[in-house]
Amino acid sequence: MAQSRLQKGLLALILPVAVLCLWQYAGSQPDMAGIVPTPLAVAVGWQSWIWGHAGMGLNPYLGTWLANVSYSASRVAEGFVCATLMGVPLGLMIGWSRLAAQLIDPMIQGLRPIPITAWLPFSIALFGIRDVGSIFLIFLGGFYAIVVNTTQGARDVDKNWVRAALMMGVNSRQLLWRVVLPSAMPNIFTGLRVGLGISWTAVIVSEMVAVKSGLGYVLWDAYYVGRMDIVLADMVSIGLMGFISDSFIVLIETRVLRWRLLQNH
Amino acid sequence: MSNIDISGLDKTYATTPPVSALQGVDLTIRSGEFVALLGPSGCGKSTLLNIIAGFEAPSLGGLTVNGQEIVQPAPERGVVFQEAALFPWLNVWDNVVFGPQVQGVAKSVYEPRAKEMLKIMGLSAFESSLPVQLSGGMRQRVGIARVLTMGSKILLMDEPFGALDAQTRLSMQELLLKVWQQLKPTVVFVTHDIDEALFLADTVYVMSSRPGRIQARLDVPFERPRQLELTTSAAFNQMKLEILRQMRH
Repeated sequence: MAQSRLQKGLLALILPVAVLCLWQYAGSQPDMAGIVPTPLAVAVGWQSWIWGHAGMGLNPYLGTWLANVSYSASRVAEGFVCATLMGVPLGLMIGWSRLAAQLIDPMIQGLRPIPITAWLPFSIALFGIRDVGSIFLIFLGGFYAIVVNTTQGARDVDKNWVRAALMMGVNSRQLLWRVVLPSAMPNIFTGLRVGLGISWTAVIVSEMVAVKSGLGYVLWDAYYVGRMDIVLADMVSIGLMGFISDSFIVLIETRVLRWRLLQNH
Repeated sequence: MSNIDISGLDKTYATTPPVSALQGVDLTIRSGEFVALLGPSGCGKSTLLNIIAGFEAPSLGGLTVNGQEIVQPAPERGVVFQEAALFPWLNVWDNVVFGPQVQGVAKSVYEPRAKEMLKIMGLSAFESSLPVQLSGGMRQRVGIARVLTMGSKILLMDEPFGALDAQTRLSMQELLLKVWQQLKPTVVFVTHDIDEALFLADTVYVMSSRPGRIQARLDVPFERPRQLELTTSAAFNQMKLEILRQMRH
């Protein structure tokens, strides 16, 4: 039986509402005070974090939400754009040329098992407590996902598309950009989405340690001074930003991969 | 013009044990001739076509087109693939003009030609459709329009109608004959369907398998233009019987 949108919407709401109620109840218990703030307290704290006036500067969480969100978002954007600009061409080359695969792939596969969090101390030593260190980690996190998926896409190009293109007289550059790239596009978008998720992880971790601004910094700082309402509001903000940036990529994907979406219907 | 000369051609795949796909193939195809390579699957007919296309190299023997040795694929030898092999991310128009575009042909040159070929193939209304929005028969018509737009003098067709239903298949065969009559390209048509080979070709080469070799050459004497009724005539059935006997050997 076909479900209406309303029915689906209501079904999806049951669990979150139940969790919120349970949370409100648990947070109101006296022995939870200071550990789990109620959803209402989080909302109030968040509201003043967004709209509050800085005043005498005694409360660092008044009105600084937007600034911190944009610090983190612009770091992710910079690191992620670098990762895309390097990851896609490198992945295409590795997937397409045996020489490039032999030259570059072992290096990437060798470094990839090192978790990006393990790079933190080295990155601080190298770049200091500055933006670059954070952006470097974001870049690294996004880069691996993008390069690996792009490589796979370039390897899986349909043999007959390549033959058809050669028959029509393409040179090797045209083959790469006009046939291999578009046919690897579905894999590239998978890589972009996975990479973006890792980039958000990287920005939070690096801001906790390597810089003094952004959602990751606030998250750790608020925990330190016992502002659990801000900690929770920060967590939700990060999730929200991750969701919004992912939706943005999906929006581009549905345009670029229209041929692919039609195919699957 | 476009003479294809093949002499003493062998193709062995260096697997373990080595597989001999083609052995001692001699073939001469005149310019403007419609040739069918007929045989069961695995007889090497597609391999032979791929070698003429320049996708694969022969292990032994010579292959020339107009006296020139074949070393790589080229637009003069347009290939129509079994599953059309259109680029799914390009619409019909962009697929058809892909060849001239990458070759750097001026738009003023290829545009009228592409329009004409799309019209001949009955695709004018579908220029902006994506391949996935078309039926199998229409995709194959785009595949043919694409090589005609490049002005290929030789058409290499690898069981192009094999995946189509019977009715579509017949109308595609008629359409192909009409186009061939009009433009007179050399056609090498690979098929395992005897009716198709006899209905279309001037010359049918019957191939046998393992190793693939040419077993018989038959001239098809039927008048052109050929109509569908031909396929039920006594003379047609007589030739069909002859080929069946050849193939059973």
